[in-house]
Amino acid sequence: MINNLTVSGSPHIHKPVSVSRIMWTVVFSLIPAGIAGVVIFGLDALWVTLVAVAAAVLTELTFGILTKKKITILDGSAVITGILLAFNLPPQVPLWLPIVGAVFSIAIGKQVFGGLGQNIFNPALVGRVFLMASWPKYMTTFNRPFSFDAVTSATPLAILKEGKVLEHISYLDLFLGKHGGCIGEVCILALLIGAALLLIKGYISWHIPATYIFTTAIFTYIFGGAQIFSGDWLFHILSGGLVLGAFFMATDYVATPLTAKGQLIFGVGCGLLTAVIRIWGGYPEGVSYAILMMNAATPFIDRYTKNRIYGVR
Amino acid sequence: MVRLVENKHSSESKVTQRLPLPLKVYIPLIQHLGKICNPEVKAGDQVSLGQKIASVQAHVAAPIHASISGEVVAIQDWPHPVLGRAKAIVIQGDRRKDEGGFVLRDPQEVNSLTAEDIRKIVLEAGIVGMGGASFPTHIKLSPAKPIDTLIINGAECEPYLTADGRLMVEQTGQIAAGVALIAKCLGVKNIYIGIESNKPEAIKAFFEITGIKVKVLPSDYPQGGEKQLIKNILGKEIPRGKLPFDIGVLVQNVATVYAIYEAVYKNKPLIERIVTVTGSCLENPQNLLVPIGTPIKDLIEFCGPLKDEPAKIIIGGPMMGIAQFTDEVPIIKSSSGLLLMGKSEAKMYDEDPCIRCAACVRGCPVGLMPCQINLASERMLWNLTKEYGASDCIECGICNYVCPSNRRLLQTIKRAKLEVTK
Ligand code: SF4
Ligand code: SF4
Repeated sequence: MINNLTVSGSPHIHKPVSVSRIMWTVVFSLIPAGIAGVVIFGLDALWVTLVAVAAAVLTELTFGILTKKKITILDGSAVITGILLAFNLPPQVPLWLPIVGAVFSIAIGKQVFGGLGQNIFNPALVGRVFLMASWPKYMTTFNRPFSFDAVTSATPLAILKEGKVLEHISYLDLFLGKHGGCIGEVCILALLIGAALLLIKGYISWHIPATYIFTTAIFTYIFGGAQIFSGDWLFHILSGGLVLGAFFMATDYVATPLTAKGQLIFGVGCGLLTAVIRIWGGYPEGVSYAILMMNAATPFIDRYTKNRIYGVR
Repeated sequence: MVRLVENKHSSESKVTQRLPLPLKVYIPLIQHLGKICNPEVKAGDQVSLGQKIASVQAHVAAPIHASISGEVVAIQDWPHPVLGRAKAIVIQGDRRKDEGGFVLRDPQEVNSLTAEDIRKIVLEAGIVGMGGASFPTHIKLSPAKPIDTLIINGAECEPYLTADGRLMVEQTGQIAAGVALIAKCLGVKNIYIGIESNKPEAIKAFFEITGIKVKVLPSDYPQGGEKQLIKNILGKEIPRGKLPFDIGVLVQNVATVYAIYEAVYKNKPLIERIVTVTGSCLENPQNLLVPIGTPIKDLIEFCGPLKDEPAKIIIGGPMMGIAQFTDEVPIIKSSSGLLLMGKSEAKMYDEDPCIRCAACVRGCPVGLMPCQINLASERMLWNLTKEYGASDCIECGICNYVCPSNRRLLQTIKRAKLEVTK
């Protein structure tokens, strides 16, 4: 007679997948962009990133201990928040800034809502917007690339916003990241390598990134130029945080719609808002606000984009 | 729909073998959807192979027959693979191999059988759906509405299972004869057999049969689900709350069709079936022809020696099968597989919060949002679960399978289904 049989409900097999496996793959996929940031802006970029990650993980740990819940720092999600926050900061900010931002991201952006899975907004963006509102000066002063002293330079989007003419920046430079900007957003090539990994793994789907970028491109082409239908859409795709945002932040599972239909709407919404802010808004960049606004709209989108159930017309 | 690791290779090419006659069989009085049978024998009685030993006066029920000859030693409570425990007739075998006990029906006579005769034979033979649902077959053969399409389910989409696949290869002609009988009963025009692409031998065999259209289906789970099969073969859906016959369709599993053939041509009631005995604990997985009521420990012993101590025993497939608490439990009419899992496979993982990754939403074959039903069910918001369509769930288990947070989605959805229909 065979003893001690496990009795549990079906199914009896499970796909080899777990939250931590997904999250650590996302961390891994962000490494190329991080390396590019360090190459372009120097070791400052590395310190800012490491400090942000450490602060995010420690805050997560503290909350875990205080609330006596399962300690979740090993699932990788706090690490992602730290990295994404740092990637949205200029490279030469004082090191207390990423610490404050990361603590705010985890504490207010995530744990207050009840931790992973409960947050309404992307935590890293919550932290970023908080820093933006509190210390705008630090947040909008950018280094010139490959000049490792503190020679500042405006970002291409900021130059455009002021109505100045862009000189010496080719599309290739934009693609490779040879311009002022935030640590992780500048090198499109590196971001695309990481994004490809996540798409191939099936951890993100094309719906949000594709509609997001496409909508921004169309809208900036129509309204972004001196006349209608003359905007430099390629410039808009390649500069600022659009690619980073579209692939790594607008795809945050927790704060985005569940169905493909909902995700398409989410992507289009992000694209529209980003373009509107960039063209007519008070800021040169609109990615963070666009995503946060669409995060807020997610429960509403979910309600009206349910899948059709078999046998129901 | 999802692609699963099939794990069929270890048994798919093993020719079906007859299990040596068991010493004792434990034949449950209920093996079908419907009313439990009353025993027609008592302890001490001698029974012969195929003798009717239990039946009941009810429309939704199927009689039960002795699967070996011998002496009834008890009628008692016994483990049941689906219900946990149920009354069973225990027969001590006399090891007489009276296979010849069934008189073949003259082919001439078969030809002259009317639809009504066939239905009666099927009823008397105790045939039920052998793919899992166990619905009495004679009822399906007398539908209230005209049927124009017959679909034979040869998908066998559960991983590990190969019993239907073997049957289709080894008994192609017999299945075709069974199909002809059903067609005669219903007067259907279109006959399809749906087979997954992972069974090329069976596909080839049925391409030779005229009158049956072979539909090769992608090897995705749950291709063999009635709703999916109809949609993927005919391109139409069963409207919510309706049954296949409402749209003129009847689906029969291949093993059931074979049982109909045996009942009509061989006068043989449903007393045995093919079971795939498989899993990582076994050195030697097999497809076995097993008398109904044989305790699974006999099957395990026959396929031994074990490589590994089983930590979980499942009757059925790994997606929808039922975990057993003892190896005394018998094979019944709907038991298509016996799966022995080792310790590492039986491990239970902790449930984590839903991260809204939508894997369950993408995977659900009927278009539900399992994660939302799960949350509503956990909060006992039964109306909300109803709004989300909980009662449309076909219990395929995909949502649990894909969830990175190991959430017990199906369990909570089943609970919601019960509450909603209250
Ligand atoms: S909700 Fe039901 S039908 Fe949908 S995947 Fe889960 S078990 Fe299958
Ligand atoms: S698969 Fe699991 S974690 Fe993902 S949405 Fe469904 S329930 Fe949530």
